[in-house]
Amino acid sequence: MTAAPLVGTDPASAAGTPAGGRRGRRFDGPARTAAGFALGAALLFAVAPLTLSDFRLSLLAKYLCVAMVAVGIGIAWGRGGMLTLGQGVFFGLGGYAMAMHLKLADAGPGELPDFMQLYGQLDELPLWWRPFASPWIALPATVLLPMAVAFGLGSLVFRRRVRGAYFAILSQALAAAMVILLVGQQGTTGGTNGLTDIQGFFGYDLDDPVNQRMVYFIIAASLLALLALARQLIRSRYGELLVAVRDGEERVRFLGYDPAGVKLVGYVIAAGMAGLAGALFVPAVGIISPALIGIVPSIEFVIGVAVGGRATLLGPVLGAVAVAWARTALSERFPGTWTYLQGLLFVLVVAFLPGGLASLWALARQRRSDPAGARWWRRSRAADPAETRTEVSAA
Amino acid sequence: MTGPQLDGLCVRDLRVTFDGFTAVDGVDLDVPPGDIRFLIGPNGAGKTTLVDAVTGLVRATGSARFGDRELLGRDVHRIARLGIGRTFQTASVFEELTVVQNLDIAAGATRSWWTLARRRHRVPDEVAAALETIGLADRGDQLAGALAHGQKQWLEIGMLLVSDARLLLLDEPVAGMSHEERDATGALLETVSRDRTVVVIEHDMDFLRRFARSVTVLHAGKVLSEGTVAQVQADPRVQEVYLGVDTASEA
Amino acid sequence: MTVLFGQLFTGVSIGAVLLLIALGLALTFGQMNVINMAHGEFIMAGAYTTYVLQQTVTTAGWSLLVALPVAFAVAGAMGVLLEVLLIRRLYARPLDTLLVTWGVSLMLQQLARDVFGSPNVQTRAPALLTGNIALPGGLTVANNRLFILALALAAVLALTLALRLTPLGRRIRAVVQNRDLAAVSGIPTARVDRTTFFIGSGLAGVAGVALTLLGPIGPTMGTNLIIDAFLVVVVGGIGQLKGSVIVAFALGVLQATGEYLTTLSVAKVIVFVAIVAFLQWRPQGLFTLRTRSLA
Repeated sequence: MTAAPLVGTDPASAAGTPAGGRRGRRFDGPARTAAGFALGAALLFAVAPLTLSDFRLSLLAKYLCVAMVAVGIGIAWGRGGMLTLGQGVFFGLGGYAMAMHLKLADAGPGELPDFMQLYGQLDELPLWWRPFASPWIALPATVLLPMAVAFGLGSLVFRRRVRGAYFAILSQALAAAMVILLVGQQGTTGGTNGLTDIQGFFGYDLDDPVNQRMVYFIIAASLLALLALARQLIRSRYGELLVAVRDGEERVRFLGYDPAGVKLVGYVIAAGMAGLAGALFVPAVGIISPALIGIVPSIEFVIGVAVGGRATLLGPVLGAVAVAWARTALSERFPGTWTYLQGLLFVLVVAFLPGGLASLWALARQRRSDPAGARWWRRSRAADPAETRTEVSAA
Repeated sequence: MTGPQLDGLCVRDLRVTFDGFTAVDGVDLDVPPGDIRFLIGPNGAGKTTLVDAVTGLVRATGSARFGDRELLGRDVHRIARLGIGRTFQTASVFEELTVVQNLDIAAGATRSWWTLARRRHRVPDEVAAALETIGLADRGDQLAGALAHGQKQWLEIGMLLVSDARLLLLDEPVAGMSHEERDATGALLETVSRDRTVVVIEHDMDFLRRFARSVTVLHAGKVLSEGTVAQVQADPRVQEVYLGVDTASEA
Repeated sequence: MTVLFGQLFTGVSIGAVLLLIALGLALTFGQMNVINMAHGEFIMAGAYTTYVLQQTVTTAGWSLLVALPVAFAVAGAMGVLLEVLLIRRLYARPLDTLLVTWGVSLMLQQLARDVFGSPNVQTRAPALLTGNIALPGGLTVANNRLFILALALAAVLALTLALRLTPLGRRIRAVVQNRDLAAVSGIPTARVDRTTFFIGSGLAGVAGVALTLLGPIGPTMGTNLIIDAFLVVVVGGIGQLKGSVIVAFALGVLQATGEYLTTLSVAKVIVFVAIVAFLQWRPQGLFTLRTRSLA
């Protein structure tokens, strides 16, 4: 350390010195972004529909919904340090809002959805179902309802500085409470079965493969839109602030910010993304049920994010799709083996590769561009927090 | 970068109690505008707790006014927005962000959500100016975590400058620094105090003698002595508290 | 009056189960700040231990008595194994510990399925614990609930005395309060951690034995209980046992009352809302050690 600070320099004369423009960095060109999105669009809109069977494509649609949840978790957890183990709640709120509307539309005006007739305790539609008959209420609700719940919980707990493990446990308890509530109100929620056997999607018959493709395209487009939104968020000043709050909440407070507000925004956005994913999951799969949104699926949403790389933009998406695909591929043939594998994957990645597979990618890239070796890699990997993150400090 | 107005800190009968233990016991303290005041005292004298109270981290009774604003009873971030900035004993910068990002965040507490939602396309003027002042102009793109210890302390001070803090409360800013770094830090404090009021908690007596404009000695939560460096050093009570050790030799 | 007492007793017995489970967490989470999601599977291990013992020791009463120490040892050993293999590397990353141990819990559940089969199994309760005790005024309390309450209180007492009076307890508290100072004072902190984890996990095993008296034993029996137990420790406050004790019973009574006035599912939501509301008032939990630390 030899360079002494240039004390005494008239600060005014230094104004405007181009001291730290981030422009021209290799990961950051607009061309690169455009190319990335074009590649993604080509894969999702051309390659996949042309090469996959209807069955495989509908599976992919399902995976992409999980990936949308993962994008939100990447923001809340990867960038904001809020380990949310209750994203299933928001996924479920979006899913149920959509499914309620579709069930009502299937039943026709003035009629009760089939399962209500089956249980036979109700003569008329419960009050809280009624707004969902209108698509103008139901569709916005798929996103706004989860955001409102996240806002309510988040503003209470973040303001009181409930964080780290406490927040994780609380978010998990929310998922548990939601599932028990849904199961308990069987007459109006379908109970354990959930809302099943959804036939139509705004006038389109979901049994028709052509319409299933349409749903797939909507999902693919939504995922790309969420990725664009997440990218903007991560690179905005807010995104930098969010990382600052993650790594030093108190420090941020002493700079005059209210960290509760900063975290709340990230959490609410993640909830909205999960809600949209849940809403689109319903026409793609035809069902929403407590088993899809409880504690276990909520943690499974996090697995994909951890495997892909929690603090990166694409890592959560690729991780979520890969894990969901592996589950389908393996659990059909070796159900027990898959559970071991899933557990082992989680243990190994989180314990020994906390940056996820994205950190391997970063490693490979650094090795290629600079042969100087691993030590340099370690420093330069740290030099771009937007690309990788290896440690999340908590509490 | 001239501040709009130079204010002083005025503390009256400040008390902080932790579960029955009184850490700060009725402190009166006047730091005039533009002063560089050093707070010294043995471990447990209540120096850091005093700063914690003024910045809202711990609850206190009494009064602490900066200019004409009462600070006690406000939230931490509200106090910060009134122009009170502090550093910590262990340098706490955002290690996974670059130097420029650190400073930009510090500069932006009053930004609108609209500004926050967009990208920063260049280095803001006040950030560039602070980079020069703290001598990190060539390290703007470096990760803060990769800085040397002394540089992190300067970055923290720089973050206070861009945040428009008009009262700087620095907790042991030169601990662990080399001689050259100490000199540079002292010179930085003198520059900064042209349009700001500075309070420094420090154990380094050599550093104190060179850069303090006034000194307050705390002992067991109370003000023991106050005055210029010479006055305080001559005070027999101070010598007694430091167990007869000549304060001059403790460096 | 009878109803009131009945609900109160139901609540207290729910609380006793919560307390038995939370007691181990109060050590591993409360004292060591480790979030062990596999704690639920240690409960399961304790329950299956009882089941296995009953195959050899066929007298239900004796097998239960033997199961208590054996389950403690089995679950404790599993805890130590987990601590040594994984958790020790993750002390600085509590959230990652949560995720890693959840992966472990998945594997343990599958292991249970492979060894004991997916369907639930039952143990026979000793005759002494199957009946009811009639109290004056037409009240009855179930013997097994009474036993669990006694077991929970005994566990609290034993743990409190152990922490207060034994050299080991003093070491554990020393490490909790100031790890670095304890280390330089010659306390082998790694060994203390391992012992703490052994006791905390062992208590989960004991809870598992108790649970065999209430219902069937299955691979996922721990999952649902564990979250409530974590909430008990969160609300009770870190670093002290008395908070967990009070909160366990309070949540139990609240749950029972809510269930009586509404339904089971609504009661769960009431409890959750009550917890969030409580944390508004005391975000650090009921009892906390006040410190000046920044975090």
